[in-house]
Amino acid sequence: MSYFGCVFTHLRKDLQLEWRSRDSVVGMLFFALLVVIIFSLAFDPTAAISREIAGGILWVALLFASFTALNQSWTREQRNRVLDAQRMSSAPPSALFLGKALANLIFVSFVEVVLAPLFIVFYNLHALGEGWMFAIVMPLGTWALVCNGTFFAALGLRTRFRELMLPLILVPISLPALLGMMQATTAILTGESDPGMWIRLLIGYNIIFTMVCMLLFETVLGAE
Amino acid sequence: MRRSRIYRSVGVVWLALTLAAIAYATRLALVVAPTEATMGNVQRIFYYHVPTSMLSLLFPYVNLVASLFYLYWRRRDPLRALAADAVAIAAAEVTVVYSSLCLLTGMLWGRAAWGIWWTWDARLTSMLLLWLLYVSYLMLRKLSSTGQTQTLAAVLSVFAAIDVPIVYMSIQWWRTQHPAPVFFGGPDSGIDPSMMPAFGWNVLGWAMWGVFLLMFRYALERRRQESEQEAALKAIEAPLEMAQ
Repeated sequence: MSYFGCVFTHLRKDLQLEWRSRDSVVGMLFFALLVVIIFSLAFDPTAAISREIAGGILWVALLFASFTALNQSWTREQRNRVLDAQRMSSAPPSALFLGKALANLIFVSFVEVVLAPLFIVFYNLHALGEGWMFAIVMPLGTWALVCNGTFFAALGLRTRFRELMLPLILVPISLPALLGMMQATTAILTGESDPGMWIRLLIGYNIIFTMVCMLLFETVLGAE
Repeated sequence: MRRSRIYRSVGVVWLALTLAAIAYATRLALVVAPTEATMGNVQRIFYYHVPTSMLSLLFPYVNLVASLFYLYWRRRDPLRALAADAVAIAAAEVTVVYSSLCLLTGMLWGRAAWGIWWTWDARLTSMLLLWLLYVSYLMLRKLSSTGQTQTLAAVLSVFAAIDVPIVYMSIQWWRTQHPAPVFFGGPDSGIDPSMMPAFGWNVLGWAMWGVFLLMFRYALERRRQESEQEAALKAIEAPLEMAQ
């Protein structure tokens, strides 16, 4: 089987599993919704203020929500010792990683699509900048979260307090990406500055860390 | 047995020299060096802030190199890999100590010079992130079960090393309030020659202190590894002895 065949098989398996249970997407969606509502309740922002803070809140909500899904995505593989079988299989480990990361990308993007209208309602938003740029920023930002998140969820798999470990590692590493997403989103919403620089930062961050994750995933998967 | 004795006496001599260097540097910094023109005596914290910040940028490289050696030797030469891992953890702990010192002295200075404790400036944020990354590195080491700790920590160290330059660049685009680097920072940079000895001695003293901490922690970690190996051997041998 070719490399992309392996990636596609892993991706299909994850999508199928999720389609049957719908656990992580539903959980993530509701969790993100709660975070959005709590922030809106706490600050009760006017339209002008919410443009300033909405970018930050959106990504914080997605970040917190994706922790739940990312932890779940590998626990699933531990049931019935599937992960040990993966380790023995001749398929390239990075294909397993890529398939899982792509599946998580699809889940988080789905949450974003559902959440977007609610977000606009609760924060009275309409973008003063070029709204179509969200179509670039959202996937880039999501991939930055999900790629490293999938990797570190696998890394934290055999630690004590697994659920706690992921945010402890992922947040510091993702800091530049988080800054990029939040600044780009705020720039689009307020229309005061150009998000182009932050988009370039996200592209660079994604390329570098996707490569590092794929190179080191075998080490993490096989760590004994 | 003799070798460990030599190491111990070298360590004691090194510690004595370090303490002497730090004592001399403190005298130079607090008494001998001239009072700075605009900031007054507050500027003397410079002799502690800049050396600790320089050193807290140096020890992460020790950690990274040791981690890379660990990953390389992991399968080829496990005993050497363990030594590399001991260097890595020692360097990570010294990094946390020095970057904490740098942040604390920076806050004190910032409060006196700018009137604020903290600002989201490029250098401050990068240093804070460096601190966060190495604290999370130590957390990972603490929380992961034995056996895989070293590999996972080495992988995280590689990530951390890649992350810091990205943060530095990204935040430089964002905002900068911290003064430009005093050394190699352009035509107006540099300090008065009369301040140079105090600065130089402080760099030397704190670098020696850092190396001392590193080696001390390394020796400690090596002993821990040895006792762990002995315990593991005993556990393997115990059922064999019972059978006899």
